[in-house]
Formats: sequence, C-alpha cells, structure tokens
Amino acid sequence: MSVSETNATRPAAKPLTNVKKSLYFHVGLIGVLFLLQFILPAYHHGNLARIMVLASYAMGYNILFGYTGLLSLGHAMFFAAGMYGMGLPMAHLGWTPEPALVAGFVAGIVVSASIGFLALRTSGVSFMIVTLMFAQAGFLTILYFGEWTRGDEGFVIQQAERVMAGFDLSQPANRYNAALILFSLCLIFTLKLVHSRFGRVMIAIRENEERTQMLGYDVHFHKWMAVIMSGTMAALAGAAYALLFGYAGATFASVQYSIFPLLWVLLGGAGTALGPFIGTLFMFYLIDLSSSFTTAYMLIAGLALVLLTLFLPQGLVGELRRRVMPWLT
Amino acid sequence: MTKPHISTSSVSRHFGGLIAVDQVDFAVPRGEIRAIIGPNGAGKSTFVGMLCGRIPVSSGKIMFNGKDVTVLPAHKRIRQGIAYTFQITSIYGRLSLKDNVRLSTSWRWGSDEAALENSIDEALSRVGLEDRMDQMAGDLSYGHQRLLEIAMGISQHPQLLILDEPTQGLADSEIADFVTLIRELGGDMTILLIEHNMNVVMDTADQITVLNLGKVLATGTPDEIRANREVQIAYLGETHA
Repeated sequence: MSVSETNATRPAAKPLTNVKKSLYFHVGLIGVLFLLQFILPAYHHGNLARIMVLASYAMGYNILFGYTGLLSLGHAMFFAAGMYGMGLPMAHLGWTPEPALVAGFVAGIVVSASIGFLALRTSGVSFMIVTLMFAQAGFLTILYFGEWTRGDEGFVIQQAERVMAGFDLSQPANRYNAALILFSLCLIFTLKLVHSRFGRVMIAIRENEERTQMLGYDVHFHKWMAVIMSGTMAALAGAAYALLFGYAGATFASVQYSIFPLLWVLLGGAGTALGPFIGTLFMFYLIDLSSSFTTAYMLIAGLALVLLTLFLPQGLVGELRRRVMPWLT
Repeated sequence: MTKPHISTSSVSRHFGGLIAVDQVDFAVPRGEIRAIIGPNGAGKSTFVGMLCGRIPVSSGKIMFNGKDVTVLPAHKRIRQGIAYTFQITSIYGRLSLKDNVRLSTSWRWGSDEAALENSIDEALSRVGLEDRMDQMAGDLSYGHQRLLEIAMGISQHPQLLILDEPTQGLADSEIADFVTLIRELGGDMTILLIEHNMNVVMDTADQITVLNLGKVLATGTPDEIRANREVQIAYLGETHA
C-alpha cells in the first residue's frame, strides 16, 4: 500500500490551508529572530540587525521583480529617497526621528509614483535602462547638491538625535528590535499582498501580461501600484538604515545598491516572501567569511553566485518550495 | 429592426503600408452565433482584435450595446461583457487550472467567495476539466489547454464571446463536445467564431461572414455561403473550366 493511500484512509485532522501554513511558518520565523537576540554574540547580533534592514529593502524589490515580473535597475534611488527624505530634515531642520521617518516614507511614495509613472511607458529591457538612468540622475543630483548632502562623504546622524519614542536606537538591543519590527511589517505586508486579489493580479501580470489585460484587468495601473509599493518599502528601509546606523551617504544611491537587491532576491528566490531575507543573509555572510581569509573575496562571492544560478535557478527558498514546501508563498 | 449587439462602420487597420482590414462594416444581432471565415491572412484575427480592444483601429468606429467603444481600452471592454480567447493558447502555465479560471472571473464576484468557487467549478465542468482543477495548466495537453482557455472565456458570462480558432488542435471527440457547448451557449450570448474547420462552422453558425484581403466578401447563412461563387473562388482559386 502506498503512502498516499494510507494517508487517505486515516481520519485526518482538519488540514491547514496553504495560506495559513505559510503565515504560521513566517510568523514562526519572526519569533525565532526575536529569540536569537538573546543568544547571539555581539558581532552577529549587530550583523543580523543590518541584514534585517537590508532584507526589508530586498523585500521591496521582490514585490516588483519577484511578484510582478518587472526588473528595475534603479531601486537605489528609492532607498536613497527614504534615506535622504529622512536624513536631510534631521540634519538641516533639526527634525526629530518621528516626523523625519514620515518624511522619508512620503519621499518614497512621491519618488516612486513619479518615476513609475514615467518609466512604465516602457517595458522589458527599456524599463531596465530607464530605471537605471533615473537612478544615475538621482545619484548625480545627490552629488551636485553636496553642500547639503555632503556627497560621497555623507553625513552622520548624531547618537543624541536618534532617540525615538524614548528608545535610543544606537543601543544594540533597541536597534535590533527596531530592525525586527521593520522586517516583520514588510514580511507580513508581502504575505498579505500576495494572498490578496491585487497580489494575484500582479502574479498574473508576471506570468502573462497580455492575457491578464484580456481578462479585464488594468495592467498598467497594477504595475504602477506595484512600483509604488515596492519603491516605498525600499525607501522605508533606506530611512531605517540611516536612523539605525546613523549615517547617510551617496554610496547608497549608487548603481551598486541597485544591483544588490537584485542579487539578494535572485539568490534567495524571486517571488517567495522569505527569499529576500535568505538571499541577503547568505550574501552578507559569504562576503564576511571569505573576506576574513582573502582579499579576493568578491571572486568567491562571484563563484558562489554562478554556481547557485546554475544549480538552483529558483534560488534557495524557491528550491525549498519546489522540493519540500509547495505551500510556501 | 433591432439594434445590433456589436457593429463596426468603416473599420480599418494598417500595419505600415499593409492594409490588414479595409473599411469593414459589420453588425451582429444579440444572441447570434456568427462565424468569421476566410483564407489565411484575410484579416480575421486583426478584425476581432479591434473589436475586443487588443489592436487599436486606424480608422472607423466600433459600437457595442449601442455605445461607442472605439477608444475604450481592452480591459474596460472586457468588463462591459466582451470575452476573448486567443488564437495561440494564452493561459497561465505555472498556475493551477482553478487559479486560471479564478483570475478570469474573480472581478465579477466582489467578496462573494462561495459564488466565485461555484462559478469556477461550473466553467471547468462545462468543458470537462473539473477533475483536473488542481493541476498546473502548463502540464495539460494542447487540446486541454484550448478547453481551459474556453472555460476562462465562458466563466466571465460575457454578453459577447469571441473565439479565435478554438478547435485548433482538438481531437475529433473534443470537437464534437465543443460544437454541443457552443450551441448551448448560443442562446445566452452572442458568439463570434473564427474557425477553419468548416464542419464546426456549418454545425454552429447562424450566419457567416467571409473576409478576404481585409474586406467583407459575403455574409449569409451557411447554405448561402456554401453556394456563393465568389467565396468558392477566394478559397479554391479561379478555375478556368
């Protein structure tokens, strides 16, 4: 008798729907991340806080790339919009973190809505190029206004200013939990989105754009909203990064920071909620470990990337989903 | 005379110098099954593409339900009751059959999940795919993919269903079922059928429009079209007997 027959004859407990399974799994992960802060040594504790913020950035990227199928090469612009949207009013206008964070969020919405509006007139390779160009223009604008932005050198947000709702965010424990809150919000938002009707239409656009339009969906509007959600999440991560680590600089607006989330998402698994986190974690420690014994650490990172794309084209979480956890979203 | 359900006046479409559809006047009354036939390259797909909004018109006017829809984007026409199935199968290969149909019909049901589920079941049952609901659409045979595509169209309960070569790649038994299905649907909705299989056309159509070189060559009942000398020439070539 085969396994499936045995299972079929056994009176089963009410099975969990796939949506619930996936939700419990991800909430469980958030719980694990919460507990990890009590056992991790200081070095890894700090790393994980940083990884969670960068993973939030990658999750934003994943909304557009992984779920909607639009490849942007300009997300650093959104990350920087949040970072400077928050950092500049703090540095020059003496704003406290609360309104500054709102400013970073609003900057994210405004920049992504306008760039999305313009860039979505193109598609495919042109979309990649146009987003890349806009991001370069953004990067150069930051350099041009060096008097306020301090250009490449950047500026520090002083420890005394980084107190939010009574919590000193430069303190490792506060910083870790603030990063965890951001990470959890982004993860739960992604899960909610993917299971919503709107999210299903995004996936439908990724799978077959023309069919989706001919089923009665306003494809252009859905893509635009996806750019806005994606860009705003990236901006929120950028704002959080500046707030938690006390620094804003033009490097974060450079093309390198547009490529990073693409790599993280590809490695972890595009179109999986957890992929961005796993990809960021993997890449971070790959570079961290390899740079401890060679200066050619990028060579090792590059090799690992090539091998992963060859053997795990769906990314780490994508492969996990394919093999063992088909209910994972 | 009652108003036509869908009609065009002097609709043309140019691709560069090529005139694919040339000043076509066309009208179909509500509830009719109209076949559109013609040799390859006659402009059939381009013509129905303009009706459903996939392809913009170069000139002319399209009326649906008495309203001018010429510049209405495709997704809005779909929501006004036009459903379209592609000539080259266009489904979501990496989604289940159920999710394919869910996407095609979910906007009709608001938050009524039970009604949505029912309508998915019903649409898949009508084409005989109800047992395969949870399979990936991409794993189906080509014929079954065609049937899924038809199920997606009828799940929308459209007023006007446009089928672009629906029986291509179907087995004979499936074609027989398809003919039955179209006859059943004919009472509820207007159907435009582009079809190469003449048996299907003769068995289902109330009226036939023949396109050739982008123009309407003839319109009439199956018997009239069968007897039409010009149509015979367009299909078989001029004979010099």
